[in-house]
Amino acid sequence: MPLSSRHLLGLEDVPKEDINLLLDTTTNFREVLERPVKKVPTLQGQTIVNLFLEDSTRTRVSFELAERRLSADVVNFSASVSSLKKGETLKDTVRNLEAMKIDMVVIRHAAQGSPHFLTKIMDAHIINAGDGSHEHPTQALLDMYTIREKFGTLEGVHVCIVGDISHSRVALSNIFGLKTMGATVSVCGPKTLIPKEIEKLGVNVFYDINRAIREADVLNVLRIQLERQDRAYFPSLREYREYFAVTKERLKQAQKEITILHPGPINRDVELSADVADSDASLILHQVLNGVAVRMAVLYLLGTGK
Amino acid sequence: MNNRTRLLDEKDFERILTRLAHEILERNKGAGNIALVGIRTRGEFLARRLNEKIKSLEGKEIPLGFLDITLYRDDLREKHQQPVLLGTYIKFDITGKHLILIDDVLFTGRTVRSALSELVDLGRPASIQLAVFIDRGHRELPIKADYVGKNIPTSLQQEVQVCMKELDGEDAVYLKELKENN
Repeated sequence: MPLSSRHLLGLEDVPKEDINLLLDTTTNFREVLERPVKKVPTLQGQTIVNLFLEDSTRTRVSFELAERRLSADVVNFSASVSSLKKGETLKDTVRNLEAMKIDMVVIRHAAQGSPHFLTKIMDAHIINAGDGSHEHPTQALLDMYTIREKFGTLEGVHVCIVGDISHSRVALSNIFGLKTMGATVSVCGPKTLIPKEIEKLGVNVFYDINRAIREADVLNVLRIQLERQDRAYFPSLREYREYFAVTKERLKQAQKEITILHPGPINRDVELSADVADSDASLILHQVLNGVAVRMAVLYLLGTGK
Repeated sequence: MNNRTRLLDEKDFERILTRLAHEILERNKGAGNIALVGIRTRGEFLARRLNEKIKSLEGKEIPLGFLDITLYRDDLREKHQQPVLLGTYIKFDITGKHLILIDDVLFTGRTVRSALSELVDLGRPASIQLAVFIDRGHRELPIKADYVGKNIPTSLQQEVQVCMKELDGEDAVYLKELKENN
């Protein structure tokens, strides 16, 4: 049974059957990652371009590892060393790449919709590795896989996404995917970082972190983007920490077991206290491992079959 | 019109499995250091049955695992239907073991080639022996089975179907004509 689309652009409108197939296939690649030789010949002969036109370390490394572990040939392409810097358009860049017979493109770009644009001008399979503040589907899939691994299901699990929801592609993809899979989704953060009318996506909004902790099973804590602090979305980091940081004291008050996720990189003791990040409740390193397996699953499902 | 002929019934099936269990034990001088690995799907159930037989003959459990060779296939891009991954399940260290690789039908040899590639990525067994329920010929690779349940010479217009109770509700082997004879 193949995926219903030949690209992975986002999780909005991706059917439950596709998400289940992606998550079930991920389990097979988790097993591969436990082997002495963590590599299979599945995509031998296929060429994948990682077109990272916006800074990224962990997502790019995770994709690259996934590609190499499937035995694909990998070309890394970043804005700083590309002809885009010399004024070439994205369209010309990818058409040149396509002339070199590539099979898949993994793209990260600051502009929303750039992966969708590539699908109109290329035959290759396109995978969105983050487009602006729009979507980051593989991150959401790995978050969902990690939650499903812990709870056995996503149905009925209450996941609260905490932090800068307005600028987060992780939040949006998580909301779309988790809602499709029957989870209860809420968001929590300062009013300035919660988009107006987000309730229309079927999520609850909390402005009180203590209430969010009381009600949720999982907190997916987002990175506070320190680079955006000049725009004053909240008065100070100290104040953000005081009102929204996930700390051991706050978790203790809730008197329940709660699971912590974070897409990384963490600002320790800003959005998440160091002791919580390193505690048993934290599945952050599981997320990193699952990220490689999820990306192997995506590449396998898009890159095989006719 | 029924275009398949039954070649083996439940009793034949049982006799063949018993003989294969004896042959495996005889060649390896008991169950000491052997392990069974069935190639999914039908090889898994054959491996489970052989495991039961060997256990009843030797009185001891031997390691049992299952191999999904999909990720090692050489025709993944040519397949119109994307194969569903069933997963490899081998929860013991294969290094130093005499592995008995088990499949239902030996045909071109490409499945066995994939299985051998996967096994050597999982460890370094002392040896790998191949047990198949049916050998229908038409090899495309230099592969030969160590244990054969039954040789059934076929044409390329025929297909061998191994039915098992666990999957098909009966133990039987059929020869199916792919084209109608004029």
